Amino acid sequence: GGDQTATVLTLCAMMDFNLMQETCQLAIRDVGGLEVLINLLDTDEVKCKIGSLKILRKISHNVQIRRNIVDMGGLQSIVKILDSPVKDLKALAAETIANVARFRRARRTVRQYGGIKKLVKLLDCVPNLASLTANQEKDVEVARCGALALWSCSKSTKNKEAIRKAGGIPLLGRLLKSPHENMLIPVVGTLQECASEESYRIAIQTEGMINDLVKNLSSDNDELQMHCASAIFKCAEDKKTRDLVRKYKGLQPLVSLLAKANNKQLLAAATGAIWKCSISIENVAKFQEHKALETLVGLLTDQPEEVLVNVVGALGEFAQIPDSKATIRKCGGIKPLVNLLTGTNQALLVNVTKAVGACATDKENMAIIDQLDGVRLVWSLLKTPVQMFSPILRGPFVHALRMQRMQGKCICAAIAKIAKDKENLAVLTDHGVVPLLAKLTNTTDDRLRRHLAEAISHCCIWGSNRASFGEAGAVAPLVRYLKSKDSTVHQSTAMALYQLSKDPHNCITMHEKGVVKPLIHIMGSNDEMLQEAAAGCVRNIRLLALANRKARLFY
Amino acid sequence: MQRGFPGNGMSTAPPAEDSYSSCPKLLPLKMSEMSAMNRKLTQTLAESISKHVDHFNKTEVECLIREFNVLMGEPATPGRAVTGLDRGKFRSILHNIFGMTDDMIMDGVFRSFDKDNDSFVSMKEWIEGLSVFLRGTLDEKIKYCFHVYDLNGDNYISREEMFHMLKNSLIRQPTEEDPDEGIKDLVEITLKKMDHDHDGRLSFADFEMAVREENLLLEAFGTCLPDTMSIEMFEQHVFQEQLEP
Repeated sequence: GGDQTATVLTLCAMMDFNLMQETCQLAIRDVGGLEVLINLLDTDEVKCKIGSLKILRKISHNVQIRRNIVDMGGLQSIVKILDSPVKDLKALAAETIANVARFRRARRTVRQYGGIKKLVKLLDCVPNLASLTANQEKDVEVARCGALALWSCSKSTKNKEAIRKAGGIPLLGRLLKSPHENMLIPVVGTLQECASEESYRIAIQTEGMINDLVKNLSSDNDELQMHCASAIFKCAEDKKTRDLVRKYKGLQPLVSLLAKANNKQLLAAATGAIWKCSISIENVAKFQEHKALETLVGLLTDQPEEVLVNVVGALGEFAQIPDSKATIRKCGGIKPLVNLLTGTNQALLVNVTKAVGACATDKENMAIIDQLDGVRLVWSLLKTPVQMFSPILRGPFVHALRMQRMQGKCICAAIAKIAKDKENLAVLTDHGVVPLLAKLTNTTDDRLRRHLAEAISHCCIWGSNRASFGEAGAVAPLVRYLKSKDSTVHQSTAMALYQLSKDPHNCITMHEKGVVKPLIHIMGSNDEMLQEAAAGCVRNIRLLALANRKARLFY
Repeated sequence: MQRGFPGNGMSTAPPAEDSYSSCPKLLPLKMSEMSAMNRKLTQTLAESISKHVDHFNKTEVECLIREFNVLMGEPATPGRAVTGLDRGKFRSILHNIFGMTDDMIMDGVFRSFDKDNDSFVSMKEWIEGLSVFLRGTLDEKIKYCFHVYDLNGDNYISREEMFHMLKNSLIRQPTEEDPDEGIKDLVEITLKKMDHDHDGRLSFADFEMAVREENLLLEAFGTCLPDTMSIEMFEQHVFQEQLEP
């Protein structure tokens, strides 16, 4: 045992150990040193507390030791020290909390002992006076440490709320005006962490913080830039914020950040911010002044998924503008986009289908997409939750069905393939595939006829589509297909007619149009399936005719 | 130990005070006794002293002068040779007002204040000393502390001096073979940390560098500076209460 003098000397000697090394950290704990350090926190000796915290601050980088500290009640003692009038102590205590509060139980403990309120109080200072007295400088340092601690604590949702209730937001906003990076980083870090809560997003906007965030996008510090971009990413869900970002000239710095392609976290944050900001069309125009689209297309390959999700999201928004659709193509963006359709990351897929869908309304784009088998890929994504894709379906692809025959042929081929799956069929039906296919039937293009008939025959299996096709007037034209010289057309048409013939009204139509003779002709074909289809169709018609005659006999 | 201003019976003046609370009673008396000329003298004195002192303004120096006179226990009469606070009086002040307990340290503090080495802390030395004692910059405090710890004044803190000062810091186990072993270890640990030129003793440069690296080492060998609370109380008493009519 010893008094304050001896204790302080011993603590200072301990500081010489390599406190950041795990073996050393654990050694201190294992000889009971951690207990001693924590006990010192409860004494009245200021110097002992300072010495102890200087050591705890370092060894609490160790994951196990953090837990030990909380288990031994040390965190409680440290939180109490936040009330000390000695500024050095407050700062050290806050810094130590920043390290310890890196797991959930610790963060909860801080809150339970009133630590959040105390930490918020530390933030109360003016950080950007022209010249500071020594005392004021100490206040700034205390605030910085408070911000560090709150940053760690803010990862818990309840703490985000507690910080807000304790009046933390305006204080953070004030600190945002600091010129020092080491103050700004924890402050912006905390704000962007909390920006997942709507209350924070509103406050960030109304307290005028967007301006400061934008300003710091142009700082020299990668980490700071990343946090600012992240905050903007989260806040730009809201239109007012998007307008403010533009107003404060934040769009160009965001584009500049795309150049830092080596820093993936920064890139993800910047692309995210660009994505959300581009939801407003005025911003897209501004982005384009700085060639954002070209740069984004360049980022479609060789990037981690967290970046791709945002890049593609942005492209989806940009592609709402006709000019952009062409630009994307000219930059060679269509192919990489379509390639992404084969991925498994849900969030990415949603964005890719959106982007491809938006691009596909441009004729030339559609051609490329089709060439790359993109259409089928998109339809194949129907296996995933439908709700996600229905807007896309209604838009470009049904639109594509209405387009010229060339595309129509492709779509039909795709539908034919995809409609083999029952669920897909349901979706297709929901989106009006029947009337649209029916409309296409008035064609003499054999290639289209072939695919169309195939598609129709597949679609017949679902629900009341048979009858619907009949009502839509698809049956009569199909009969004409049997006159074609192309045997493949005969094949698919016979299949289609067979399917359609399961509905009596269709039988009547077919019979009226004189389908039986050509069908009998086809029954002589070498193709077994074709024979069967033709025969089956004729049989159905005959059966109906028989039933009819029988019915008439009774009248 | 109750803190209060000394009333050690060595004054020939009014009754000994043993707490702050009795001071106000006395002051009005003193103030009314002061003639205008007396006050003028104090002011002139204050003016000349405050030029040499960094951290007190003229008004504060005036207050300190008055406090000095109170502590001296004699009425302030002009022309009277005021030699200063002797070692005993000074140590009482350190003990009662600033809570210091270590004899060796208190001697060191006295030595630090008594710059001309005449075994008295004169008024000038009192004020100049307090300037560092209460409000010194880190640099000033480093010089001051080093002086306190350099027991024999040879500009080095030796092993023996360290041992001497730390002797009472550790609880000695009566059953230990060498009861001083713990202290010797502590001295070695400290030397290892602070002796940068490795000559087995701490020069001023060694000490200064060590303290700049780790501020806690400023009072490495014993508390020789007042804590925040004592400073506040003292300053409040001297600078504020005295100004009240």
